[in-house]
Amino acid sequence: MNVDPIKNGIVIDHITAGKGAQIYSLLGLDSLDVSVALIRNVASKRLGRKDIIKIDAEIPVDFDVIGYVDPGATVNIIRNGSTVEKRTMELPELLTDVIKCRNPRCITTTEQELKHVFRLADAEKMEYRCIYCETKAE
Amino acid sequence: MRSIIDILDLSTEELDELIATALDIIGHPRKYSHICDGLKLATLFFEPSTRTRMSFEAAMYELGGHVISMASAASSSAAKGESVADTVKVISCYADIIAIRHPKEGAALVAANNASIPVINGGDGGHCHPTQTLADLLTIYREKGRLDGLTIGVCGDLKFGRTVHSLINAMSRYEGTRFVLISPEELRVPDYVINEALVRKGVPYSETTDLDKAMPELDILYMTRIQRERFFNEEEYLRLKDSYILTADRMKNAGDDMIVMHPLPRVNEISVAVDDDPRACYFKQVLNGKYMRMALMLKLLAEAGKLESTGLNGSRTVTL
Repeated sequence: MNVDPIKNGIVIDHITAGKGAQIYSLLGLDSLDVSVALIRNVASKRLGRKDIIKIDAEIPVDFDVIGYVDPGATVNIIRNGSTVEKRTMELPELLTDVIKCRNPRCITTTEQELKHVFRLADAEKMEYRCIYCETKAE
Repeated sequence: MRSIIDILDLSTEELDELIATALDIIGHPRKYSHICDGLKLATLFFEPSTRTRMSFEAAMYELGGHVISMASAASSSAAKGESVADTVKVISCYADIIAIRHPKEGAALVAANNASIPVINGGDGGHCHPTQTLADLLTIYREKGRLDGLTIGVCGDLKFGRTVHSLINAMSRYEGTRFVLISPEELRVPDYVINEALVRKGVPYSETTDLDKAMPELDILYMTRIQRERFFNEEEYLRLKDSYILTADRMKNAGDDMIVMHPLPRVNEISVAVDDDPRACYFKQVLNGKYMRMALMLKLLAEAGKLESTGLNGSRTVTL
């Protein structure tokens, strides 16, 4: 299966197989009017199988979202057909408006304007907690 | 602007400083009786409370300041749908410091993020209640003469009890602290509290369901109420509610210098006969809570530059 290389844009590579769709959705790529390819289960020497997302434009990307879903992913910025920047991801310290607090007693349930902010509580367990009520992210 | 939402917002050095101020207030109440002349505390209590609210109010009156408050949550702007953020922005124009209690967890943090004056969390749902812990710490200090090297038994509902989690967080920072966690299996301290406050800091602890066996080794027994509203199943509540009732007879298992604490209100978990035991300290906690709230308000007002702005000087200014 072939997907043409992109000239100017972003390639999110080394996504753990199966997590591509989640990143696609959380980054809101479905609402873009540029070409986007989500390729699943590509053979990978390092991972066995991986997902790749190719975006045919250099759009602003929330790297925290990618780091949160899959800290092993890499992001390549492509300009004029060459990779000009390669970024490795890491778990972000704070996640803002990426996930919602599910605790019905949390202030975010009644004050709709509040941003849902989670802090990294345990990097080893990849555990995030709401900054308001300390409930663990699901 | 400095606010206090969680007991961990205060370093152990700052806790020492607050205890020192509280002890000075106890020893020299007149020195402090006009220190807050012209300053106003706003008490924003969005849910019913007697003890905490009156404690804050008494504390401010004893510092010579004034108190403004809303009659009840039902008659407040919140009932009209105003956000916590907007409410505290408005109240910041009227008062010098805010004490807030709110049924939603995290409301005090929202208040602190939006107020232009210091905010003290007087309880946000089941989340944090730092001034209760301040009361606990002063009580421990006054009764035991130290905060380190103590074996603390906490007993009852250790799953939902916010005072228990705060106490564990606060006391785990002192050298030589050891915890004995006494609860039914269903009401154990949540794993994340154990991990963050005890395991990571290397604080020794043990878990048991047997109060009688644990009592002889304790310096402090911190009792809590098993709360009906936390149970989805009435049968489960009925089965557990009387798990631990501290009676005068049971107190025979304890050492002569073990103290009994409780955040109150109690239901039946400490029988009234224990009140006469000199080791019972739960009503002393109430008084100590007022002194620590005085000390905390002084600290935050001083840090906010409010004490100087009222022209206080000389003997009427405390060194904080």
